[in-house]
Amino acid sequence: MVQEIGLDQLIREHPFFEGLDDATLELIAGCAANERFDAGQYVFREGQPADKFYMVRHGSVALEVRAPGRDSIVLQTCDDGDVMGWSWLVPPFRWKWDARATRLSRLVSFDAICLRGKLDADPALGYAMYKRFVRVIAERLANARLQMLDLYGAGKE
Amino acid sequence: MTAKQSPLQKASIIDVQTLDDLISTLAHAGYQVIGPRKQDDAIVYDTLRSAGDLPVGYADEQDGGKYRLVKARDGIYFDYVVGPQSWKRFLFPPHQKICQMRKQGKAFRIVEETAEPPCYAFFGVRACEIAAMKVQDKVFDNGTFADPGYLGKRNAAFIVAVNCGRAGGTCFCASMNTGPRAQGGFDLALTEIVEKKRHVFLIEAGSVRGSEILAKIPRRAATGEDTAAALAATDRAVKGMGRKMVEDVGPLLKRNLEHARWGEVAKRCLTCANCTMVCPTCFCSTVEDVTDLSGSNAERWRRWDSCFTMDFSYIHGGAVRRETSSRYRQWMTHKLSSWFEQFGTSGCVGCGRCITWCPVGIDITEEARAIWESEGRR
Amino acid sequence: MKEMTALKDPMVPAPFRIERVRKELSDTFTIDLVSAERRRAFSFLPGQFNMLYVFGVGEIPISISGDPADPETIVHTTRAVGSVTNAMWKLGAGQTIGVRGPFGTSWPVEKAEGLDVVIVTGGIGLAPLRPAIYQIMSNRAAYGNVCILYGARTPEDILFRKELEKWRGQFDLQVDVTVDYATGRWAGRVGVVTKLIGRGGFDPHQTVALVCGPEIMMRFAVEALAERGVPNERIYVSLERNMKCGIGFCGHCQLGGDFVCKDGPVFGFDKIAHKFAIQEL
Repeated sequence: MVQEIGLDQLIREHPFFEGLDDATLELIAGCAANERFDAGQYVFREGQPADKFYMVRHGSVALEVRAPGRDSIVLQTCDDGDVMGWSWLVPPFRWKWDARATRLSRLVSFDAICLRGKLDADPALGYAMYKRFVRVIAERLANARLQMLDLYGAGKE
Repeated sequence: MTAKQSPLQKASIIDVQTLDDLISTLAHAGYQVIGPRKQDDAIVYDTLRSAGDLPVGYADEQDGGKYRLVKARDGIYFDYVVGPQSWKRFLFPPHQKICQMRKQGKAFRIVEETAEPPCYAFFGVRACEIAAMKVQDKVFDNGTFADPGYLGKRNAAFIVAVNCGRAGGTCFCASMNTGPRAQGGFDLALTEIVEKKRHVFLIEAGSVRGSEILAKIPRRAATGEDTAAALAATDRAVKGMGRKMVEDVGPLLKRNLEHARWGEVAKRCLTCANCTMVCPTCFCSTVEDVTDLSGSNAERWRRWDSCFTMDFSYIHGGAVRRETSSRYRQWMTHKLSSWFEQFGTSGCVGCGRCITWCPVGIDITEEARAIWESEGRR
Repeated sequence: MKEMTALKDPMVPAPFRIERVRKELSDTFTIDLVSAERRRAFSFLPGQFNMLYVFGVGEIPISISGDPADPETIVHTTRAVGSVTNAMWKLGAGQTIGVRGPFGTSWPVEKAEGLDVVIVTGGIGLAPLRPAIYQIMSNRAAYGNVCILYGARTPEDILFRKELEKWRGQFDLQVDVTVDYATGRWAGRVGVVTKLIGRGGFDPHQTVALVCGPEIMMRFAVEALAERGVPNERIYVSLERNMKCGIGFCGHCQLGGDFVCKDGPVFGFDKIAHKFAIQEL
C-alpha cells in the first residue's frame, strides 16, 4: 500500500513555508485541500474570483491568455513544487490568466478567503506571508523579463 | 652596475666616416640594411645603401599631435629620435600573406610556399625599440604557439642600436626603464659623441656576430674618457625628457576600469587608430580572404587591425565595445596593465609615438596621471 | 638563437573532407569532417573549438559538438548567421574545409568525477556541451546525479531533440527542457531555463556546474546556481568573443588580461566573475 504523505507534512517540508511557526503552519494546513486536474482541465479562468492559491505536487499547469483566432498563448508553466497564484492578494481579487493542466496534475489548494481575513487581522502573519509571495512575484517578473529578451533569437546581423 | 658597464669596457671608437664601412660590411655579410631615412618630411625606415642615405643634420620637433623635421646641427647623424614607423613593419608586416589555396575539383589544397625569410640588418634601433621587439617576441611565441614567419625574421635580424643623445618631445622611456641607453638586445650599439673638437662613435658589441662584424671595420679601443662622454650623452637625453609615466600604472588602471576619465578622454578621441598603427608593440591583426576572378585560387592575408575599430569586437549580434570610452580603455589598459597578466611585461615602452601621432594630441602619460591624481596623489 | 625553419605555421589550415552536412533546425546544421590527408586521429577535449575555413569566404571559430571517443570524425554544430556559416551550409559531402585546432580550454569533466554535475544550457549552447555529456555518459558510474537543464526559444528550436529524449529516458539522468515560447502542441515546460535550477536534482555543495548559452542567460544561471549554494569556483562558463586566430596572436578576443581563445573559452566563474560586472570590457 502506498504511504500517503499528509498535507500537513507536505506543507512543513515545502521551502515556501520554511521558517513559519507551528501555529501558522497548522492554520495554513487547515485551509489546504488536495485537488486533481486532468489534462486539459482548467484550474481557474481569467476574470473569475481568485479565492485560492495553489502548490503543484505533481504535474504541470500552463498559465495562458486567450486570443481570438489562434491558440491560447502559454506564458509559463507551473511545475512540481511551484507555488501558483497571487491574485488573491491583490484587489480586485480576480485571476489575470487562465490556468490549465497540461497533463494529469495533483495540486494542493489553499482557501484564500479564509486566509485573507486572518492576514488582515494578524499583521505579523500578514508580513510573513507577503514576504513569501513577494518572492514568487519578483521571480515571476524577472523570468518574464528574461523571456521577453528573446535570448536565443536570431539577433541582428 | 656591472651589467651596465661590462659592454662599455669592450667598447671601441670609430670615426664618423666608418659608419659607411659598417653599412657595407653588413651588406657584404648578406644583410639587407634598413635604417632611418628622410622621406615626406618624416624619418622613416628604408633600405640604406650608404651612410649618405642617413638624414644627417636633421632633428625632430615632437609634441602631442605634432611632428616636424627641422634642420639642426650640421653633420650630426642621429639628432632625431623615432618617427611614425617602427621596426615592427619588417618583423610583423602590415599586410602579409598567410597561405594560398587552389581548387581541385570539389576539394582544395594548400599551395606550399618556401620563400627564404629576409635577412635584415636594422641600423639605428633605439633602446625603446629594442624593448618593443622583446615585447613582441613574447606575443609571437606565447609558449603554446609560435609564428614561424616572425621568428625567422627576428632571429636572423642583425641589430645596430643607437643610444639616444637627445630626448624627443614626447619620449618617456626613462620612466618605463627601456632607455635611452640600450641594455642588451643588440649586436652592435652606437653612441654618437659630439664635442667641440671631435665627432666620433663609441661602438659596443653585444653578441658574437656583432663582434665579428666589428672586427672587420677600422676602430680603436675606447678610453675611460670616451665611455664617460658616451654615458654623458645618454644622461643628457634623460635630463631632457619632459614626460614621465606614473608609477605602478598596471595596478592603478586595473582598479579603475570604471572611472569618469574614460568618458572624458572619449570626448577627444576620434577612434582613428593612429596610436595603434604607430605603436611598436601593438600586435592586433585580422585576416582577409581574397579570391581570383576564376574562383579557383584563394589567399588568406593577415593585416594590422586596431582595437579602436567597431568591427574589432564584433560578435554575432553586435560589437562588444561600442563606446569610444570602452575602446580607449581597452587600448590603454591593455598596453599598461593587462599586458603584464598576459606577457609578464608592460606593453608600453615609452617611445611617445602614440602622443605625437594622435591627431588631437591625447597623451597616454597625462591620462594615466589624471587617474593617478584622482586617487588623491600628487 | 635557435633555428626555427621546421616550425609549422599555426595560421595555415589543414584540409578536411566533408563527410556529411545535416540540418538540425531551421537555422542550425551539423557538419562531419574527416582528415583529407589520411585518416589520422584528431583528439580534442570537450569544450574546445576549431577554426573552420571555407574556401575563399573566410574562417570562423566553431566549437566541437561530437564525441571525444571518436577520433576520426570531427563534428561541428553551428547556426548559419554569417557569410562563412551560410557558405558552409551550402557545401556538400566530398568538399574540403580548412581546419585549425583544436584550441582553447575544456570543461572540467575529469575534475567533476565523484561529484554531481548540473549542465545549464540554452539554444545553440548545447552544442559545445554535448562532448562533455558524451564523456560523462561513457563513465557514468564516476559521477553522482547528472542533470541537464536546457532552454530553447520554441519547441522547434530544441537542438539534438532525439538525443535529449533518449537521455531523458535513461534512469541515471535528469533532463529538463523548457521553452520561452510554446508553439503547436507543446505540452512541456514554458519559462526560462534558469527556473529549472531551483529544483534541479543535485546537491549544491557537491556539484560542478557547466553553463553555456547567451551571456545574459549565463549571468542569470550563475545567480540561480549561487542562490542554490553552488560556489563560483565550481561553476564553469563558456564565453564567446570575436576571434581571428584562435592562438592568442590577433588580439580580438581579449577580456581584460584573458585571451578567450587560449585562456578560455571555458573559464572557472571565480576567475572572471569580476569581469562580468564591467560593461564593454
